[in-house]
Amino acid sequence: MKRLSWFNTVSLTLGFAFLYVPMIILVIFSFNESKLVTVWAGFSTKWYGELMQNEAFLNAAWVTIKVAVVSSTIATVLGTMAAYVLVRGGRFMGRTLFSGMIYAPLVMPEVITGLSLLLLFIGMGLDRGILTIVLAHTTFSMCYVSVVVSSRLVTFDRSLEETALDLGCSPAEAFRLVTLPIIAPAVISGWLLAFTLSLDDLVIASFTSGPAATTLPIKIYSAVRLGVSPEINALSTIMIAIVTLGVITASLVTKRQMVRQKRDEQAAERT
Amino acid sequence: MTIPVFEPWNDPEAKPLIQFQNVSKRFGDFTAIDDLTIGIYEKEFFALLGPSGCGKTTMMRMLAGFETPTEGAIFLAGQDMAPVPPNKRATNMMFQSYALFPHLSIWENIAFGLKREAMPKNDISDRVDEMLRLTRLEKFARRKPHQISGGQRQRVALARSLAKKPKLLLLDEPLGALDKKLRQDTQFELMDIQEKTGTTFVIVTHDQEEAMTVASRVAVMDNGKIIQVATPDRIYETPNSVYVADFIGEVNIIDGIATPTGEDRYSIAWKEGQAPLNVTSATAFSDGQKCHLAIRPEKVTINAEEPSGVDNVVQGKILDIAYLGNISTYHVELPSGAVIKAQSANTRRISRRAFTWEYTVWLSWTATAGVLLAT
Repeated sequence: MKRLSWFNTVSLTLGFAFLYVPMIILVIFSFNESKLVTVWAGFSTKWYGELMQNEAFLNAAWVTIKVAVVSSTIATVLGTMAAYVLVRGGRFMGRTLFSGMIYAPLVMPEVITGLSLLLLFIGMGLDRGILTIVLAHTTFSMCYVSVVVSSRLVTFDRSLEETALDLGCSPAEAFRLVTLPIIAPAVISGWLLAFTLSLDDLVIASFTSGPAATTLPIKIYSAVRLGVSPEINALSTIMIAIVTLGVITASLVTKRQMVRQKRDEQAAERT
Repeated sequence: MTIPVFEPWNDPEAKPLIQFQNVSKRFGDFTAIDDLTIGIYEKEFFALLGPSGCGKTTMMRMLAGFETPTEGAIFLAGQDMAPVPPNKRATNMMFQSYALFPHLSIWENIAFGLKREAMPKNDISDRVDEMLRLTRLEKFARRKPHQISGGQRQRVALARSLAKKPKLLLLDEPLGALDKKLRQDTQFELMDIQEKTGTTFVIVTHDQEEAMTVASRVAVMDNGKIIQVATPDRIYETPNSVYVADFIGEVNIIDGIATPTGEDRYSIAWKEGQAPLNVTSATAFSDGQKCHLAIRPEKVTINAEEPSGVDNVVQGKILDIAYLGNISTYHVELPSGAVIKAQSANTRRISRRAFTWEYTVWLSWTATAGVLLAT
């Protein structure tokens, strides 16, 4: 192993401290005995227990997950379709306008997206609740999916689709049997991206949620305004743990796949 | 015993399997195919040869159905192909990149086309096994494409495109990704498979050696036009233009002015201070017409002494020697500054060779050795 110079060691430490000290403090204080967030009074897991008793939080968490699953699934279907048309459609009429309008939500301030959706829902006479949050989240996360999927489609060898047609597939079959399985990793990561975006969205959800349904970020935000309770620390710790676990698993799986593929290719060259 | 000769293109009764009729294809301002008419016969191994951008791949993609002609019509077995989409054509194509489906095993790749038509499971399995045997891939059936070598992938692509028993198999630079030794072996394998299956093959290539080796007829293309269609030996021995002569193999082109000297015989004035050349030509030239004599280096003999009783003799100095092991090409500079290439087989060991650099030598060739071309 190479030893780092003192300069590199210092910049690495500073960088990591900047990123992770707040989270570490949060995690430590979630195990605090005391109700005061800033005073350490010994180790305890009681706030986790209390969290499990808190109906309001559990409901909000359930709503958040439902919204995230449904909206990211719809966004993935629409986003993949949009990406396919953009990459494969050639130069059809209004293509530039179409691509500009798909990517606009990427740079649109969330407040504006939220406000305009709110006005639309009021105008349509739609009661704000789970449905409106799902629609709003689909709207803004669709463009992220289409960015991820279209970057994969650009590098996709077109002759694979042509071969499928040549071997007797209709265009729809070619997409289902050849294109989709090959771009599946990009579609899945697009879905995951949309899922996380929906999970932690506060701004748009606060415009489009109603008394009937509140998502977890809104619940936390409003709870914090009344004072930070250790319960929220516990909740955040659980969320951090879930995300960390997911990221580590995903990277391990990808790495193992790459190693296996490389080994297979080397073995193939020897035969 | 007489061997039946396969040359349906000389039989006025034979009907071509594929007929291009005044086909043009334009992409915007660019003309890829320019008013092309040609027939390809059943069981032929037809090669489209030309530099990149000459339109050969466009021709193939029109046959497969990925492009439609701007003008003219293409007939397959008498049927106009224009309204038929790629997935309904009795043609299959093997792509340059092989385009194997990475998520399917070798077995599933080959079975892919068969599963699209309502074929009973047992028949699919039999047919796939037959194709695996034909291409000697039985051992690899369960592997994925990234688990086999380049040469094996090429055979999988071939097996997959042959599995549906197409009337016509299109091969787009099928051997381009293989190294030279493997390519030569595979050429013979391709010919063998073509003969066994009796399928009509159309191959696109920019490698003239490959086209000459595998094809029953070669079409040399340039700028969207077919310049010459003939058997490999006729393309090589009697090219119809300087372009074809120059594209296929090595050639000396000598520009001059023709003067008829008798039946089929001409005298060519070519350089100040050089004796005119004596040649025969089947095509007629008028007195004083500009012409080009194309002569292959191996038909030029290199002599240490001045030979006598030969139609053409020129003297020169050896400028360069390209030693290729089995043969050597000598670049001989004439006093007038022109360079003529002569080739001879290295039948003796190198230490016994008669000439080396700077030697004065005599080049000679017969009147029938070259071809006289107008363009």
